[in-house]
Amino acid sequence: MTITTTRPAVTAHDRGSTFTGTGALVRFILRRDRVRIPVWLAALTLTTVGTAQSFQDLYGDDTNRAQVAETMSTPAGLAMTGPAHYLGDYTLGAMMSHQMLGFMAIMVGLMSVLAVVRHTRAEEETGRAELVRANVVGRHAHLVAALAVVAATNVVLALLIAAGLGGLGMAGITWSGALLYGAAHAAAGIVFAGVAAVTVQITEHSRGAAGLALAVVGVAYVLRAAGDVGDNGLSWLSPIGWVQATWAFLENRWWPLLLAVALAVGLVLVAFQLSSRRDVGAGLRQPRSGAAAASNALAHPIGFALRLHRGLMFGFGVAMLLLGVTYGSILGEAEDMLAGIDAFQDVIAEIGGATVAESFASMVMVIMAIIASVYVVMAALRPRAEENAGRAEPVLATALSRVRWLGSHLVVVLIGSVVMLLAAGLGIGLSGASSMGDSSMVGKLVGASLAYLPALWVTAGIAVLLVGLVPRAAALAWIVPLYAFLVGYLGQILQFPNWMNNLSPFGHIPQLPVDDLDFVPLLALTALAAALAVGGLLAFREREVNVT
Amino acid sequence: MPALTDAAISVSGLDKSFGTTKALDQLDLTVHTEEVHGFLGPNGAGKSTTIRVLLGLLRSDAGTAAVLGGDPWRDAVALHRRLSYVAGDVNLWPNLTGGEAIDLFARLRGGFDRKRRDALCDRFDLDPTKKGRTYSKGNRQKVAIVAALASDVELLVLDEPTAGLDPLMESVFAECVRELKAAGRTVLLSSHILAQVEALCDRVSIIRLGHIVESGSLSELRHLTRTTVIAETARPADRLAELPGVHDPAVHNGQLRFDVDTEQLDAVIGYLHSLGIRSLVSQPPTLEQLFMRHYGDDLNADVTTTRSA
Ligand SMILES: Nc1ncnc2c1ncn2[C@@H]1O[C@H](COP(=O)(O)OP(=O)(O)OP(=O)(O)O)[C@@H](O)[C@H]1O
Ligand SMILES: [Mg+2]
Repeated sequence: MTITTTRPAVTAHDRGSTFTGTGALVRFILRRDRVRIPVWLAALTLTTVGTAQSFQDLYGDDTNRAQVAETMSTPAGLAMTGPAHYLGDYTLGAMMSHQMLGFMAIMVGLMSVLAVVRHTRAEEETGRAELVRANVVGRHAHLVAALAVVAATNVVLALLIAAGLGGLGMAGITWSGALLYGAAHAAAGIVFAGVAAVTVQITEHSRGAAGLALAVVGVAYVLRAAGDVGDNGLSWLSPIGWVQATWAFLENRWWPLLLAVALAVGLVLVAFQLSSRRDVGAGLRQPRSGAAAASNALAHPIGFALRLHRGLMFGFGVAMLLLGVTYGSILGEAEDMLAGIDAFQDVIAEIGGATVAESFASMVMVIMAIIASVYVVMAALRPRAEENAGRAEPVLATALSRVRWLGSHLVVVLIGSVVMLLAAGLGIGLSGASSMGDSSMVGKLVGASLAYLPALWVTAGIAVLLVGLVPRAAALAWIVPLYAFLVGYLGQILQFPNWMNNLSPFGHIPQLPVDDLDFVPLLALTALAAALAVGGLLAFREREVNVT
Repeated sequence: MPALTDAAISVSGLDKSFGTTKALDQLDLTVHTEEVHGFLGPNGAGKSTTIRVLLGLLRSDAGTAAVLGGDPWRDAVALHRRLSYVAGDVNLWPNLTGGEAIDLFARLRGGFDRKRRDALCDRFDLDPTKKGRTYSKGNRQKVAIVAALASDVELLVLDEPTAGLDPLMESVFAECVRELKAAGRTVLLSSHILAQVEALCDRVSIIRLGHIVESGSLSELRHLTRTTVIAETARPADRLAELPGVHDPAVHNGQLRFDVDTEQLDAVIGYLHSLGIRSLVSQPPTLEQLFMRHYGDDLNADVTTTRSA
């Protein structure tokens, strides 16, 4: 080094790289998430270990497992869980890989997507990123720091799960299998973190970014379901399909995980490219100008609420339609698959005369309704989000009363709930009718889907009651879909007692077209929903705006 | 509704706490109809909180408040038809244009006048076709101002309406307020811009720690403050510091310099006269000095001279 007398204005070192400050941000993220990350890790690890333990208690002997393998080889079973390959040697380990990997991939996907969005786009949206980036922090530092923390979290999760399962010392659960099983979780989590890294570049709204990324998680799950039922290779288009193709605890193949790693790297590179092209706080699309004056519809409270909700309603509606179409397209294959197998005539007899396709469809309906309830919670919490953003106050300072304001949002949520189930029902009905060559399916399946409306209304009612009564805790409304999903999935494979299912509004809906249509629970749920909503509106009338 | 008083807003003994923070503490406030009333006070004094109570967005813990003769909490909707509000913090919807937001507010309030709204957009040089997020701070503020002025209402409640406006726009705003006053409207104007308050307001109230410490017309308030005196006398003014109402006396290059409460001015000048005045300069109090007295922390002790007009 030579000593110079004049100092250059900016040296290469001063200028720094686009990654400068990553280390400090990593520490900052770890500090902010010091509770969140351990809670996720503990919950996911305990779920895994607890499930393995229950499997041993419930299905410890070979004949039990053979029975499970038989029910799992139905289209409904395969669509819900994983590829049929595992059924060939259904050890406890194979059972874990078959029944839990897909479910857990969704969970780690949820964890990873929410974490990446929270530390990137959400920071930009609130303007905090601008403050941070005005310091010595490079353009990519936020993204790299978030990804580093999420990747590390996933690796720790993999090790915890491997140690937890391996440590059980159960027959059929080998250490080498446990390690691969754990690594499969990390691979899924890292891929979905990469997906979120891209979606946070696309849209300027953090909820939109999370929604897009979670939609990809959902598509991955549905693709592998279609692939596993139809045995047509579609599973290879899905990262969840890849991690399930490791045959963990059987042949233990590691190479499918390489696909996941390669995709994750590719996605992150794309994210860097996109992020270099945009400004802090901006999306990819340049904002356009719009109408200079409000339309008559906008000046009406319901029109106004509809305007705020329409993006979510449209996007989610399209997703529900596609979901329905995908499930419908395998209805025909499901029918064919079992037509020739005598053993299943007994199963069908047990179900009570319904066709295989119908029983498959009725299971799919529950799943689609629970997914629709995610929309309902997002939409029903929208007024609270408006309040938090300081946008409710000026509106409520006009002649619009609180009850009408919150009520308008509620009306839009109710409309949205019909849109979601109609889209899902039409999707599965139309594509199911064409794949089975049976046009009567359209009406049957649309009706079966709409039967879930009262459950969605109860969900909306709970959210509105929380917004009115305990606004600080309004996010608790998420418990409804989460509980329905956990009990619906784990309850089925772990044989939870019936009352647990009855706690969820979805447990009371007759499963059409297999069950008979029973109006009593539908009317009871509707009445409950109305009571909850009225309670929420009245509570909101009595409470202050902007309580934090 | 009891329209017995000529007060557009009358508040007495208002209390409001947020957890352990006491935001309002026995607040009294009267705004007469057809006056422009300045509402001043340091950051966190409770101005926005008072305004939110007056709009029925918050509920007071104790005390009474009447707005246009009605109860701000119970009669909120009916009252909101007769008043407009500009919030201290303007947040717009990212997917609505400024024009849509203006119309939305004005039409939800009622009494929307399309021509008036267009004229206001012109006067404030506001492009109504931009989306909420793309406005600059000052332009966001303009959206809120135009929305408030677009309906013809009796009372305007303005919480720091010109924060972020450039000087030209600030003068357009001042013009609008004068027109409102001429048309017999009532305005409650919370502001940190003293010159603006001095130019526009008939009466002002100063709030500190949730309590009104001064209230009255500007000339009444001037009377309460201190005159600065610089003088030279033939004989040394030894007893000056002992006189009532004299503050911070100092001698510099043979010149005396001190502040004196305006009420005691006569007595103090009499004393100087008895010593033989050689030169005398007296500076009348500026409003700024008055405000500073109530804003600064060190003046805690002085604020005992509470006076309600
Ligand atoms: N929602 C709330 N929750 C808790 N504390 C609050 C809330 N709103 C206001 N406060 C507190 O009440 C006090 C008064 O706040 P307020 O916003 O009324 O002040 P202000 O006079 O408008 O100040 P500024 O000039 O900065 O706008 C402050 O101490 C503030 O921290
Ligand atoms: Mg304020």
